[in-house]
Amino acid sequence: MRAYLKKEWMELCRTGRLLILLLLFALFGIMNPALAKLTPWLMETLSQSLADAGLVTVDVTVDAMTSWAQFYKNFPIMLILFILMSSGSFTAEYQKGTLIPMVTKGLSRRKIVLAKGLTLFAAWTGLYLLCFGITYGYNSYFWDNSVADHLLPAAVATWLFGAWATALLVFFSALSQSSTQVLLGTGGVAMGAYLLSMFPKLSAALPIKLMDGMSLLQGAKDPGDYALSIAVAAVMIFLCMSLAVLLFDRKRL
Amino acid sequence: MDMLVLSHVAKSFGAKQVLRDVSFSVPEHSIFGFVGQNGAGKTTAMKLILGLLAGDGGEIFVKGMRVHYGNTPTNRFVGYLPDVPEFYSYMTPAEYLRLCGEISGMPLKEIKNRCEELLCLVGLEGENRRIRGFSRGMKQRLGIAQALFGRPMLLICDEPTSALDPAGRKELLDILINAKEQTTVLFSTHILSDVEHISDEIAFLHDGRIVLQGSLEEVRAIKKASSAELELERPEDAGMLLSAFPFLRPMGRSSLLLEDTGHLPDILRFLADKGIPILRIERQEPSLEDLFMEVVGK
Repeated sequence: MRAYLKKEWMELCRTGRLLILLLLFALFGIMNPALAKLTPWLMETLSQSLADAGLVTVDVTVDAMTSWAQFYKNFPIMLILFILMSSGSFTAEYQKGTLIPMVTKGLSRRKIVLAKGLTLFAAWTGLYLLCFGITYGYNSYFWDNSVADHLLPAAVATWLFGAWATALLVFFSALSQSSTQVLLGTGGVAMGAYLLSMFPKLSAALPIKLMDGMSLLQGAKDPGDYALSIAVAAVMIFLCMSLAVLLFDRKRL
Repeated sequence: MDMLVLSHVAKSFGAKQVLRDVSFSVPEHSIFGFVGQNGAGKTTAMKLILGLLAGDGGEIFVKGMRVHYGNTPTNRFVGYLPDVPEFYSYMTPAEYLRLCGEISGMPLKEIKNRCEELLCLVGLEGENRRIRGFSRGMKQRLGIAQALFGRPMLLICDEPTSALDPAGRKELLDILINAKEQTTVLFSTHILSDVEHISDEIAFLHDGRIVLQGSLEEVRAIKKASSAELELERPEDAGMLLSAFPFLRPMGRSSLLLEDTGHLPDILRFLADKGIPILRIERQEPSLEDLFMEVVGK
């Protein structure tokens, strides 16, 4: 298991996947406060042409909240990038046949699933922390983070949504043969959950709700309101991983 | 004791029945040659032994333990060289072998020694490039190194010589012969001279069945007794001999083939009585090629 974890880590580093992801997540982390910082200046430069068009601009005040709003707006794009970059973790190995020498040496298939799953969760956690940390740092430097309520619970909830999507990715990787199928499956379930969350009665129970960090920050909601969706996400992560282990045991490599 | 036993193994892909009823066993410390045309089902049989495919019927035992599909513990005893081996292209050969050692739980010191020993054996020592830039022959060499790494009790090689140049082929066959002392080898091929060089036992797979099996001598003996070729000095003598012994088969202007060598004394007596001059009389050993052709019905 440790040996295979090491191999996964080496793969992330040497194929350049980790570097690209680190750069992207760092970029997003910087972009959130940068965009907030630039908004007044943008408005000012544009005010003349806006005035010509009949729009009157007033002084815009930005604070940490503007930056956090950017963070939660950009979050889905970050997650999609992560899923896209990770979709081949299993399927590239199926297609090349590189797992065959491993399993025929007696490496247990469960260890493969667990090592790959752990690597993906760790990568997600690290990248998310990086992006969150950068935004947090700039925000406290430029403004004051204390205007936002429940900063940490909101961050954890959003992280959990990413972990939920990662678990789906692992499940579909054990189920299907190609990365296209993995992306279709993962995207399909997320899209389905999104559509279902349009119904107010269901939305409290769906993991999609976890992405709504702004309501917590603005104090419109309480962390307790998220309990049900957190529980559903946690149960689904557990189910996805268990099913992935079972499916992978019978998988044709 | 038999290291590997297949009994009544069957496997089909959709409507195509690849293996119908395959049974054979491989004794310990022997080299077993598995012969068949392309697409005869050799790779399928090997994948069944490794639990990489689910069989439709029959049973397979490695070292007395039953093989089952998926996570089969019998793989601990096995080393496998796939027909087209693929490795993690971002590693160097030494790193790959270290990974192989680590997943089988070998102590670090032994991994290091074994690594050097095997890279030297397959001629990849000092190769520090990543596997990405390797030719197919080099991958094949690394393939045999990784298959031997854990000192397996059963070594399964799927067409091990197919990507190698003549020198590499000889080296690989030597490696297999040397491996015999420590392990049991099952290898598939359609290159019959390889089988003749190193196998103790062979099995011919055709049409989903084992059509011929045994030691090299036994298999040769199955073919009806070897024939003899007679070449005479003058073509007219050949005609005369043919009219006296009509069961001879003409093979060119002055040569005749005798399929049943039991008649040879009569013919020799006839030749001596008539004083017919002879160029040569040669006994012909049946080659594996002949056998193979006969078996596949061509």
